[in-house]
Parts: sequence; structure tokens; C-alpha cells
Amino acid sequence: MTEILWHGRGGQGAFTAARLLGDAYSLKDNAYALAFPSFGPERRGAPIRAFTKLDKKPIGNRSEITRSNYSIFLDDTLFNEKSFRELKQNGIILLNTKKTFEDPRVITLDGDGIAARILGLPITNTILLGAFAAVSREITLEDINKAIRQTMPHRLHEKNIAAVKAAFEEVVA
Amino acid sequence: MAKKFLSGNEAFAYGVRLARPQVISAYPITPQTIVVEKLSEFVEDGSLNAEFIHVESEHSALSCAIGASSVGARAFTATSSQGLLYMAECLPYAAGGRFPIVMMNANRSTALPWNIYGDQRDSISQLDSGWIQAYACNAQEALDLALMSFYIAEHKDVSTPFMANLDGFVLTHTYEVVDVPTAEQADAFLPKYQTDNKMDLQKPRNLAFSAGPDTNAFFKHREHLGILNASKIIGEAEERFAKIFGRRYTGLTESYRTEDADYILITLGSLSGLVREVVDELRKEGSRVGLLRLRYLRPFPNEEIAATVKNAKAVAVLEKDISFGNEGTVYTNVNSALQKAKLRIPSSDYIGGLGGRNIYKEEIKIIFDELEQQQSTVKFLGIGGETNGN
Repeated sequence: MTEILWHGRGGQGAFTAARLLGDAYSLKDNAYALAFPSFGPERRGAPIRAFTKLDKKPIGNRSEITRSNYSIFLDDTLFNEKSFRELKQNGIILLNTKKTFEDPRVITLDGDGIAARILGLPITNTILLGAFAAVSREITLEDINKAIRQTMPHRLHEKNIAAVKAAFEEVVA
Repeated sequence: MAKKFLSGNEAFAYGVRLARPQVISAYPITPQTIVVEKLSEFVEDGSLNAEFIHVESEHSALSCAIGASSVGARAFTATSSQGLLYMAECLPYAAGGRFPIVMMNANRSTALPWNIYGDQRDSISQLDSGWIQAYACNAQEALDLALMSFYIAEHKDVSTPFMANLDGFVLTHTYEVVDVPTAEQADAFLPKYQTDNKMDLQKPRNLAFSAGPDTNAFFKHREHLGILNASKIIGEAEERFAKIFGRRYTGLTESYRTEDADYILITLGSLSGLVREVVDELRKEGSRVGLLRLRYLRPFPNEEIAATVKNAKAVAVLEKDISFGNEGTVYTNVNSALQKAKLRIPSSDYIGGLGGRNIYKEEIKIIFDELEQQQSTVKFLGIGGETNGN
């Protein structure tokens, strides 16, 4: 099972990304996913976590992820040394930041830059999803695009699809 | 069928839409809110032709559904926790009046201390109200139950309201892949609701009446028989369902690797997914363990439990409920089933997940370990408290 832990602040769309990932992954046959937010009252700006579990067989364990294969941060102020403790062995941190890190476990991306250029809004959830596709190869861009078309409002489709592609290409490069 | 990535609440709402209820009366409460929001959207966009009545309380929500059902309409409501308790006065009215209303309950803790998270103390406190009670384990089963619940409740041999329970948050708010049947398939499965138990100017009759000491027991006995009949009709509905939709359910219980099991854990709801994984892991290590999931608490699966555990060395119940001053109510019911079948098997009770506390894989492994000691105990999981030594 591949377990993805999403970190964001209320309003940044971390749970939407968690859900899009599960949706995109399970488009294939015999592919199963669970996606859920950290439960409870929601507040804009407050740190939130969201979870996606991906597997080739039905997933019975609905508990929160405590150790991830990928920890994805939409907001670099939520990232710190403690974040590594939540990683499995060979786990990867995917970070939206302008900073650079020496640690080989950390992959960075200037998601805010892509968001400003393509979306015109500081929302990086689908951008980090595109970056995840490039790093993990668990899902294809086509599947993400399908999930976006299935679940997001129509007016958001093309911009988000373009943003996902830009992030994918930037990480591959 | 169409594959969709849905939460438990959304899946249930899709199932309700396919059942074409004529009246939906509801009051929102976390974690049920999304199911009524979704249904109101369906009514608004014209994909569901129902009267959606946003009432001012849960007491009114069920009263309104009773009114709708009493003129022969297919009626749906949904609630949770304190909302269910607030409508408690109306629950036996619906059951005693033989109004086959379907209600979704999002299982949630009851106050105090106030808590919005999932446990099953709300619905289990209402086991005696005369409603059928089912517990779904995933979003697909939630959708399928929504459809089947109307068939079962409205069957003339049953005529009993139906409470479909979904674990709050872990099921209601978790997204997963769900096959959503087509309207044509659903219509082939579920006939229109037809009943004589309604107000009809052409055929006037007495409904929702008083019955004094000389006749009361007669009606209560009939009510009891109606809910007992549901056992057979649940089987019939599932058979019909499998033919049309290709998904098969297993009646009041579902057993997993119990055939040769020495130790069986009995539980209900979405927790069974985790127990299933633990059973697989322990089996790999050579332990003969199994899972018995109670899909229904009313009618209670007395015979099914006895038949499944008869060769076991010990059984445990894991439930998100406590009847203060005694033990978990599921445990009480399971022990009664064992006693009636003259089975002398040590049984123990684990009270877990109260107020939404996570239940860990390791804790379930410990339960199986302790089962091998074959003691009869009642324990609170995770806090090390034993409530009595029995």
C-alpha cells in the first residue's frame, strides 16, 4: 500500500488534492483508494492533514496514516525536522517552497510560482498533485485530468489541467 | 453502472435517489449533514422528484415522515446522535404504526462530554424502539443498503421502519470507489410502494389508534413478528439484488475465515475492514482466527451467531457501546444467542472507539491473544480498565 499524507492550511485545498488523487488512481481496474481529511471542525488558515491510501486490493484499515510513503506540504511553514518522523523508510517529502534543501529525501517545487503564472491564485493543491505524479509514477496525467473533469466545477478544468502539467514537467526537468 | 469516487454519505444519497422517495424530511447534524445536502441538491437539479421538507428539528423530521408514510408515500429521513435521541419519542410511533420509513443514522457519540465523532451508542440505545437496524461496513454497502432498505421495510410481511447505520466520519466522510447502478437497474429491483396501511378516502380505515390492556399485546406481538419476518425478506432482497446488480450480501451476518477458527472476534460496522486485515496477518502466522460481522442488530442474528461460533474455543465482542452499569449491549445480545443455543463458550467484551477514538491494529491483535486465555471479561480498550471480572 502507498500512503500519502497531505499537509495544508484550511482553504488551500489539501483534502481536494487527497480526494482527486484517490479518484485518479482508482480509475483503473483492481485499483483501490481511500481518501479522507483529518476529521473535525474546519477553520480557514488552521493546519489540516488529509490522507490518501492506494492499493491493488480493497483497503480495510480506515485509520489515519501515521507513517507515509509521501508527505506533501502545500505550505512550507508546516514543514520542520519532525516531519521526517512521519516518513516510512525511503519515504519522500514533497514541498511547495522557494527554498532549497540538501536532504535527498526532500523534493522541492516552486508551486506558488506556477500558481501565480497559470491559476492567478495562490492555490497549489493540483500543482502538488502533478508533482506527485512525476515523482511517484503511481498515476498518469491523463488520470488526474479525468478526475479533475469529473469532480471540479467546469470553469476550473482547463487552468488546473495546465497547472498539473506544468508542475509535472518542472519536477521531471 | 458507473464507477464514482464517493464518501459514505454521498454513496447513501445516490442510493436514496435511486429508490425515488416521495418525501424527504430532515434536519442537518454532523456527521449526517452531507447526505441531506446532497439529496436537496438532487431535488433542486431535478434529478430526484421528491418533496424536500427542511423541518426545524429531528422530532419534526420523523413526525413529518410518519405523516407522509401514513398517506402511502415513500419517506426518508436521516439523523445522528443527539438528533436521534431528540426524535426518540417518534421512533416507536413509526414502528407501532407499521410505517416503513427509511432513516440513515450517522453513528456518533452522545453527550456529555460533547463529542461529534463516531461511536455506536446512539443507535444501540434505540434497539428496543421497533426499528430494523443495519450497519454498513463501506460506502458500496451503504449505497446498496439504501436501495435494499426500502424493499425490506415496505415488504407487506415486514412493514417496519429501517435504520441504516454508517459509522460517523470513518465511513460517512471517507471517499472510496463505488459502483453506482443505473436508474433502470434500480427500478427493476425496487417496486413502487403499495400499501393498505394508509389514509385513503375511498377506503377509510383506522390508523395510529389507541389499544388498551385487552388488545395491546396483540399489536405488539404482530410488531415483533413483522421485524422477525425481516430475516427472511432480507435474504429475498439480497437474492434479487445479486441477480440484478451482481453483488451478493450474506444476510444478518458476514463471516470471514470462521469455518475452522478457534477464536472468533464479533464486531459490526466499518471496523470489520481492519479486523479482516488482522485475521489475514494472524492466519499467516498460523493462528486459527476469524471474524464474524453483525450486519444487522435487529432482527438479531441468534441462529447465525450460534451456527458460526459453535466449534470455537472462545469468542470476543468488540463494540463501540457501553450500557453503563452492565456491559456492552451487543455482548449481552451475543451471550443470549449462545445461551439459547446451549453453547458454553467463553466470551469477552471489548468496549472500544468511544467518542471516535482510533482502534489500532495492535489492539485487535491483543484481543486475539487474550482470547486464547479463554476468560470472560469486560474491558475498555486502550485505557486498560476492566469493568468487572465476571
